[in-house]
Amino acid sequence: MEKEKNNKVVIENLNLFYGEHHALKNINLKIPEGKITAFIGPSGCGKSTCLKSINRMNDLVDNCRIEGKIFISGEDIYDPRTDVTLLRKCAGMVFQTPNPFPMSIFDNVAYGPRIHGIKDKKKLEEIVERSLRGAAIWDDLKDKLKKSAFGLSGGQQQRLCIARALAIEPDIILMDEPTSALDPISTLKIEDLMMELRKKYTVIVVTHNMQQATRIADKTAFFLMGEVIEYSDTDRMFRNPVDKRTEDYITGRFG
Amino acid sequence: MQQIDKTESDVRKNISLYSKRVRKSDVVLKMLIYFSALLTVGFFILLIAYIIVNGAGYISLDFLLSSAESDGLLPIIINTLYVEFFTLIFAIPIGIGAAIYLTQYVKQGKFVKLIRFSTETLAGIPSILFGLFGYAIFCVLFGLGSSIIAGCLTMIICVLPGIIRTTEEALLTVPNSYKNGALALGAGKFRTIFEIVLPCAVPGILTSVILAVGRIMGESAAFLLTIGTGTKMPKEVFSHIFSSGRTLTLHLYYMSGNGSVPDAMKICFAIATILLILIFVLNVLAKLLAKKFIH
Ligand SMILES: Nc1ncnc2c1ncn2[C@@H]1O[C@H](COP(=O)(O)OP(=O)(O)O)[C@@H](O)[C@H]1O
Ligand SMILES: [Mg+2]
Repeated sequence: MEKEKNNKVVIENLNLFYGEHHALKNINLKIPEGKITAFIGPSGCGKSTCLKSINRMNDLVDNCRIEGKIFISGEDIYDPRTDVTLLRKCAGMVFQTPNPFPMSIFDNVAYGPRIHGIKDKKKLEEIVERSLRGAAIWDDLKDKLKKSAFGLSGGQQQRLCIARALAIEPDIILMDEPTSALDPISTLKIEDLMMELRKKYTVIVVTHNMQQATRIADKTAFFLMGEVIEYSDTDRMFRNPVDKRTEDYITGRFG
Repeated sequence: MQQIDKTESDVRKNISLYSKRVRKSDVVLKMLIYFSALLTVGFFILLIAYIIVNGAGYISLDFLLSSAESDGLLPIIINTLYVEFFTLIFAIPIGIGAAIYLTQYVKQGKFVKLIRFSTETLAGIPSILFGLFGYAIFCVLFGLGSSIIAGCLTMIICVLPGIIRTTEEALLTVPNSYKNGALALGAGKFRTIFEIVLPCAVPGILTSVILAVGRIMGESAAFLLTIGTGTKMPKEVFSHIFSSGRTLTLHLYYMSGNGSVPDAMKICFAIATILLILIFVLNVLAKLLAKKFIH
């Protein structure tokens, strides 16, 4: 029981259908608080789908049907009582391609807090600074907060998006291949940042880059065709995988 | 220049790849293209030049601001502004609302396809049919008679398909990633649409509005049966919409067939010139906006 308490996200018997397509098959995962958990697997295996189930972004897909339960801090997020706005405030998301809004850098970061009712200018300035610092990009951007976010490089944009997610003070940060659109140097910077974030947040990251998983993740889940084949400490999974299919994947025999 | 023995590959380099043969069919085709381009541009310039040469001389401040009931232009210009205003004030919000509904709210499927098909068909219907419909419904059934408001109501139906379609296109070009970004921060759907999606689509929406302004200004058939022939100055700002009042294009039409006014033809060309200039300005505006939109 003591161990259970430290699980931030618990996924129980999750099945997800896109129309007839059974995209997630009986997923069970206990994702620990204050750690980085990576989802790996070949493309199309359901990593993003599983990630999006955690902040209910799948609600937006017309023909998507979900069975099973997901608990965050012990509360079932698919319970009718759940306020999706609060859920998404609790679980911030960073997307595969940096997607800053067509607004100033300041307004990008302040957008989330504004949604959640913060209007005071001083307070917003404070949050923007704290979030940009949290995303290790304050020094780069502090002099151009009024400028459009589109002038930034891809790596900077992605860190801005991370800052935007931090600004709503989430407990969990969901990242869907956050570095796949970035060059190697920006990638390493984001990875460093994720190691920093891990101290305060529960991070769940989808990656198709196995090196990245070994570099940053405490735990790794291997997805294949909608199933979780193996889920364990990253070290153990990469040193001695239990399942033959995991071994084949991490040794590069398919995927 | 150094003198070196030429190897075989050097010699080959000197062979030109340029064709020395001129194909006859190419020449003929090119001539045809030039000819048709010239013809089009030529007619266009001729038309504009002819109208302006015949009309520009007659335009003066007196002409524009004369409120004489027989041939004063001011009441006609005011009628036209009334029609623009009262058509757009309804058509824009309804059109944008419909476009938002069709692109953001309703489940994409047969129903939406049917609506799209109907708007496209409506956009292609000759406007005299709208005029006939407007006459039967607004003038007769609603008892509005031949009046500016009946003309406006008819015109709303004429411009709506265009506004809806252009706005829809503008909304659809807004990347989904913006929307997802806002939703993932906890923004509601309504907020996301009005704060993120709609602002991105503003240039496109403005383009559609400008096109509608031009359409209303250039329309005559839809008004012919609905708006009447009035040439009086408004007595009261609001009640004027219930009186009959011709627009610039209609005035041109009535003038051209009016033998009793001595300068009728000149007045026609003057009106045509004014319309041309306004349409030209509107089109340039729309182009500029569209350019901004693509960026
Ligand atoms: N919106 C959707 N509608 C229908 N099918 C989808 C949708 N999103 C994903 N899928 C399908 O679900 C499966 C898993 O997709 P996804 O979670 O994006 O995979 P991954 O992120 O691992 O590459 C794929 O077969 C994909 O085609
Ligand atoms: Mg994916």
